[in-house]
Parts: sequence; C-alpha cells; structure tokens
Amino acid sequence: METVTVNSNFKSEEYFINMGPQHPATHGVLRLLLTIDGEIIKKVEPDLGYIHRSIEKMCERDSYQQIVHLTDRMDYLSANINNEAVCLTVENALQLEIPERVKVIRTIIGELTRISSHCLWWGVMGMDVGALTTYFYGFRDRELLNDIFEETCGARLTMNYNVPGGLMFDIHPNFVKRVKEFITHFKTKLPEYDRLLTNNIIFQKRAIGVGVLSKEDAISYGASGPVGRASGYSCDVRKHHPYSALDKVTFNEALRTEGDTYARYLVRIQEMWESMSIVEQLIDNIPEGEHRVTTNAVIKLPKGEYYQKVETARGELGVYIISTGTKSPYRLKFRSPGFSNLSLLNHIAVGGKIGDLVATMATLDLVIPDIDR
Amino acid sequence: MKNEELQELIGSWSPNLVFTEEGSQYLNVTVPIEELHSIMSKLKSNDQTCFDYLFCLSGVDWGEELGVVYHLESTNFRHSLVVKTQTAERENPVIDSVYDIWATAEFHEREVFDFFGIKFTNHPNLKRLFLTDDWDGFPLRKDYEDNINMIIK
Amino acid sequence: MNSALSITKNIHDWLFSIMPEAAASIAEMVLIALVYDAIKLLSKELTGTTRADKFLYNLAPYFVIISSLMALSVFPFTKEFQAFDINIGLFFLIAVSSIGVIGILLGGWSSNNKFAMIGAMRSGVQTISYELSIGLSLLTMVLLTGSLQLSEIVEVQKSGWLIVQGHIPAIIAFMIYMIAGTAETNRAPFDMVEAESELGAGFHTEYSGMKFAYFFLAEFINMFIIAAIATTVFFGAWLSPFGITESIPMLGVFWFLLKALILVFLMMWFRWTFPRLRIDQLLTLEWKYLLPLNLANIVIMALLVWLNLTISF
Repeated sequence: METVTVNSNFKSEEYFINMGPQHPATHGVLRLLLTIDGEIIKKVEPDLGYIHRSIEKMCERDSYQQIVHLTDRMDYLSANINNEAVCLTVENALQLEIPERVKVIRTIIGELTRISSHCLWWGVMGMDVGALTTYFYGFRDRELLNDIFEETCGARLTMNYNVPGGLMFDIHPNFVKRVKEFITHFKTKLPEYDRLLTNNIIFQKRAIGVGVLSKEDAISYGASGPVGRASGYSCDVRKHHPYSALDKVTFNEALRTEGDTYARYLVRIQEMWESMSIVEQLIDNIPEGEHRVTTNAVIKLPKGEYYQKVETARGELGVYIISTGTKSPYRLKFRSPGFSNLSLLNHIAVGGKIGDLVATMATLDLVIPDIDR
Repeated sequence: MKNEELQELIGSWSPNLVFTEEGSQYLNVTVPIEELHSIMSKLKSNDQTCFDYLFCLSGVDWGEELGVVYHLESTNFRHSLVVKTQTAERENPVIDSVYDIWATAEFHEREVFDFFGIKFTNHPNLKRLFLTDDWDGFPLRKDYEDNINMIIK
Repeated sequence: MNSALSITKNIHDWLFSIMPEAAASIAEMVLIALVYDAIKLLSKELTGTTRADKFLYNLAPYFVIISSLMALSVFPFTKEFQAFDINIGLFFLIAVSSIGVIGILLGGWSSNNKFAMIGAMRSGVQTISYELSIGLSLLTMVLLTGSLQLSEIVEVQKSGWLIVQGHIPAIIAFMIYMIAGTAETNRAPFDMVEAESELGAGFHTEYSGMKFAYFFLAEFINMFIIAAIATTVFFGAWLSPFGITESIPMLGVFWFLLKALILVFLMMWFRWTFPRLRIDQLLTLEWKYLLPLNLANIVIMALLVWLNLTISF
C-alpha cells in the first residue's frame, strides 16, 4: 500500500526500502519506509501500530489501581517511573498526603531504573555502531540492578511497585546494602565504558556531527529527555517541575549544545553519574514510616482535569486524566517521550548515510511499546 | 507571567475566548474553531506569551462534541496554558492544523485523526498512523463498538 | 518461585563468569556447540526468494568457498608439507583471494533483495579498494626477497624474519597489511558488507543452511588465509624463533599454525572491540591515507635494499 504512494514521488535514481518491522536496528517492531539514493537517505517515514494495544481505551474502563499496571507495558525500561506518573496524578487529584519514606524510595528506584535503562541503551548503542563488547558490559551491570529490583518487588522489568497512595510493600532489608554495593561497583565500571567506546576514534568519527538537531527544532518537535538536552534545551522535568523527593536533592542537569549523536551519547553517560549522585544523597537517609497510606478500595477522582509530567529515562512522560467523578477516567492520554522523539527522525536523518541513520536512531533511544502504547 | 495576566492579555485578542481555572492546575481557554489557528500563532509569536513548546495534544470525545486539547508551555517564562477547541460535527469534523506552528503537532494530529477521525486542514500527511488504512471507525470515540476485540464491563 | 530465582541467578553467575575471564569449562561447551552448529547448518532447509536468479544464486556460494580453499593449497606449512610450490606463489594468492568478491557480488545481486544488493555493492567497492593496499604492502616485502615463490621467501628468512630484516618499513607494511586484510575479509570494523545493524545480514540475507554456511566458512578461511600470508611473508612461516627446533622439521606445522592463529586472534580482537566504520570513512581511509603511505613505504624500502641497510643475522 505504502509502496504505491511512495513510488509516485520517486526520482529515477531513488529507491525505496523497508527497514523493519523486523530489523536489528529498529529495536522492536518499528517500520521505517526509507527512500534512498545510493547510500544517502532522502526520506524517512515511520509506520507504527505493530504493537499498539490501545492502552488509552483500556484505561477508560479500568480502575485507577489497574491502570498503574498497564503503564509498565509502555516504556518497559523505565517501568517504575511510568507507574509513579499515574500514582502521582491520582494522589495529587485526591490531595493525599504521601509519607516522606515513600517519596524517597520512589525517587531512589526511579533513578536506579534510569541507570538500568541507560545501561541497556549503552550496550545497544555499541551494537548499532558495530562494537559488540558493549552489549555484554551493559547487560552485566544492568543485571545487578535487576536483582535488586527483584529482591524488593518480585519483578525484574515490569515492576508494578507503586500503587496510588504509596508502595505495594516495604523495601527488602538488604535493599540499602545492595544499592550501596552497586554504586561502588558501577563507579568503577562507568569509566570503563568511556575507555571502551566514548574515546574510541572510530566511534567519535561515526557520532560527531551526525544527526544534528538545533535547539529551536528540539523545542518545536517537542523533543525531551537526553535528546532535547543534547541540543542545549533545558527540559529536565526533575529540575523544572520536581516531584517526589527530587526537590530535596542537588544534581546537575546534563546539558550540551552540539545537538549531534555524540552529544546525546555524552548526555546519557553524564546522566548515569548524576543519577548515582542522587541515589547516594538519598540512600542513607530513608526516613522511617509507613510505606503506604490507605485509600478507598474504589478510587474516584473528583471531577476535573489533571496533568502530571515526570522524567522517564527517555524524556517527558505526561499523564493527562479527565475525570467525571467515576471510578475510571473519562479520558486518559499518555504523552509519551518516544512518540515526539520519533517525529523528528525524518528531520535529522535526511542527508545522512544508512549507517548514520542507525547511529542516530540508537541515540534517540526509542522503545516501541512506548510509542505505540 | 501569572495566570491573571495571561488571561487579561490573551482575552484582549478576541472577545470569543472563554477562560476557566476550575478543576485544573492550568489556565484553560476555550477557543472557537474558526479562530484557533490565528490565536495559536499569536500565542507562539507574541513576545509576552511565547508558548514555544506544545507538550501534549490530545483528542477528546465529549459525548456530543469532539474536541482537541493543546497543552502549551513557554520555555522562556515557564508558564503554561491549556487551549481547548471543539466541534459539534461528528460526521466530518474539521479543525485547522497547527503543524506549521509546532512541528510536533504533525504526529500528534495524525494520532488524533487515527483514533477520533478529526480531520486537520493543511496537514502535510494526514493518513492513519497506527491503524491500517481500511480500519472501520475511530476506536477512541465513545460510541465505537467492536464486539470481538473489546471487553465491556 | 525458587526455581525461577535460581535460573536468573545462574544466568547472572554465568554472565559474570564468562565476561572478565574466559573459564575453562566454557571452552568445552564451545567445542560441543561448534559440532551442533555444523549439524544444524547441514540439516537446515535451503530457502530462497521466488524471483531470484536461480542459477547465479546457487553459483555464488561455490565461488566464494572454492576460491578460499584454492588459496590454502600454496602455503608452506613445513619445508616438505606444501601442496604446490609455484614460482608465482604470492601473485597466485592475491589473484585467487580476490575472486571471492565475484561470489559476493553475484550472491547479493541474484538474491532479489535490496539489503543484499546494498551489501554486495559495498563489498565490491571495499574489496577492490583494499586489494591495492594488500598488493602494495606485500610488494614492499617482495623487494626484500626478490622472489614471489613462497619457499624462496621462507628461505630468505633463515637469516632473520622479514619483519626484522626490513625493520621500520616492514612494520609499516605489516600494519597496513593487517588493516587491509581485515577489510578484505569483510570483518569488523570493516564489515560494511554484512553490517548486521544496518542491513540485516547484508549480501547473504537470503541464504540459509549449507549455502549460508559456505559464505560463513569462507569468511573464516579467508581470515586464516590473511593470517597465513602474513605469517609467511613477515614472520618466517614454519621457521622457529631463533631456530630452536630446527632439528625437528615436523614442528614447523606447529609454529606456522601458532603464528597464524595469533594473527587470527588479533583480527577477532578487532572485531569485538571496534565500532564499524561508515562506507565513506572506509574509502577515505584507503584512498587518502593507506595508499599514499604505502607508495611512500615502497620507495623507502627500495632505498633500504639498494643501500643495504637491512638487518640480517
């Protein structure tokens, strides 16, 4: 079907190629309709919907507790932050007083999730530009984090740890000890990442000046997360609209101005350091107290509209709930970071080679279920 | 800029705008469909409002009407605004595209078209994004029925 | 629950055990896995695209594998253990190893797959470019030996391996040769032809079973050939270091394989460490850096030989 429409726009030298839905570089079921002249990309058109589950429609019949579980399946690499977003929206709407302990634990796990997500991204980024060892390094360190999550909440990926009103259960007694062990371990490993890939001359040649996104375009395309910050656009929700315990910690927003693939790469590496520093500030002073406040078994939000944004590993996740006062939202919209970040792919990839497209896509760090919802 | 100042400034542009802050943490403004594009470009280009970041664009089925909700933020001043517009036409709803003002609207509007069937005039590439081209109906509308794939409680 | 926990723990332990240092037990597993792999490849169904050019499609793997195997025939594993000792040995090697690219081009062209086509075209560009560097760096060494016959080349090295005899220009030639050799075999960081994250599997996307295995085997044989040529020309082939096992001629096989496998290891090391180059960077490297360097190197080597500045014991 698409072939026909694309064909009509062809010049004689150009040809059309399907990248995906099963392609190693699209990291899931994303399909890109590429128009290429030799090796040079002329047009990139994403085709979505291969894993669309209509979570927004399902939310319209589910209770708020159930909705939290669906959000795991969007951006599965920052599952806990997604859960947190919905919980925060509900809690703000009900004006619940959340214990300090819950806020701190949510922030710690959120930042650990970010590190875990960036570890995986780093491994896959290396793979995409052809260096295979990164994959093993990244997964090795991520595995430790998954073990910590597993011990505390029983799941390694889709954690379901948050509920409206707090946490499902308290942290495991080993949690603090193991997180500290991880931080010590990871502080020796992150410089290793730099030695292997960041300072590699081939990698730098592949990344510097590739896929440049200007600050104006970043804002116009709604880029967020590391993609926006690499273009010099200060868009960290944790800084501008702090939530949970993030107003109690000090950290630097990783900002760069180049806007190319290498800048996006460095921003993520920098973010891992910052996340570790946030965790270190909080891990020793987790306040005592309840891990949950009791809510009604059936949560009914007051009539009105609620919007909450959080910073996932990929960028700004917005939860927009329109409530009519019943047990389910009238309309729930997720503003997912990947969706906006994907929309600028055509803008920055055109004119590059096929290899550039792959490197650019790797630093956009797309998670397809997050785009398809 | 404070919400009151915003309301005063934007309210002076057109007499047909309805403001409310009730039941929302942002200032809400309802814009008639004919004035949408001109108000929107003013919101972006005016030095005092400077809403350069469209962070959310959602379609809503209000039951009778179909509407679109735009969440705007200014990256300079860090103030936010929610713009709403709606049309009572359900058969062939048409709203102006804001793609030329905020590039991110291109994909978001395609999503709204896909799930609500709202057509955006001047959109460069308005076709279904998630669903197949031959999909019947618009799933996120409240009156959408699918007895096979939907479980209704 | 418990068993699930122990499985993840095991995977975790396993990952940790293999990554920092290779454990001995893994080596056994790998050996068994090799056998399984071979059986799997032999028994798999041969698929293909419907509109492929059937004749060329089937011909391509044989081109690649036969040219690789042919090259093996001239290597001097020991003084006696050499199938053909032709007087243009080195020339024959370069000629035969460049036939393989025809097979890759055919395979990519006839598969009727655009990804394969891109891979094949890249292969053509890349192999032809780097063929120059290989030829020129070997030619630099021929200036020292004065012969293309492999047994002669080994004979010359009895008074010092050529990499020692030719010192600086020889080392430069060796480095260029290894870079070009890696590119010639389409190994990372020059695996533009396969580039699995860009093209899926490149030119052999549409091949399966034993036909795929031919391509795959040919790649590894080519890697060995590149290492073996380097061994013969730079490192004295079957000659033992300082002549320590000169009295046992059969040990030459051991020395030859040891040297060759160390070089193979070097190439595998490249593959796992370096990211892939982009196609234009690949060509820039060859035409703007390696080729001029190589030409200058030949002149220097010629001067060395002319002025008798080589080192020999």
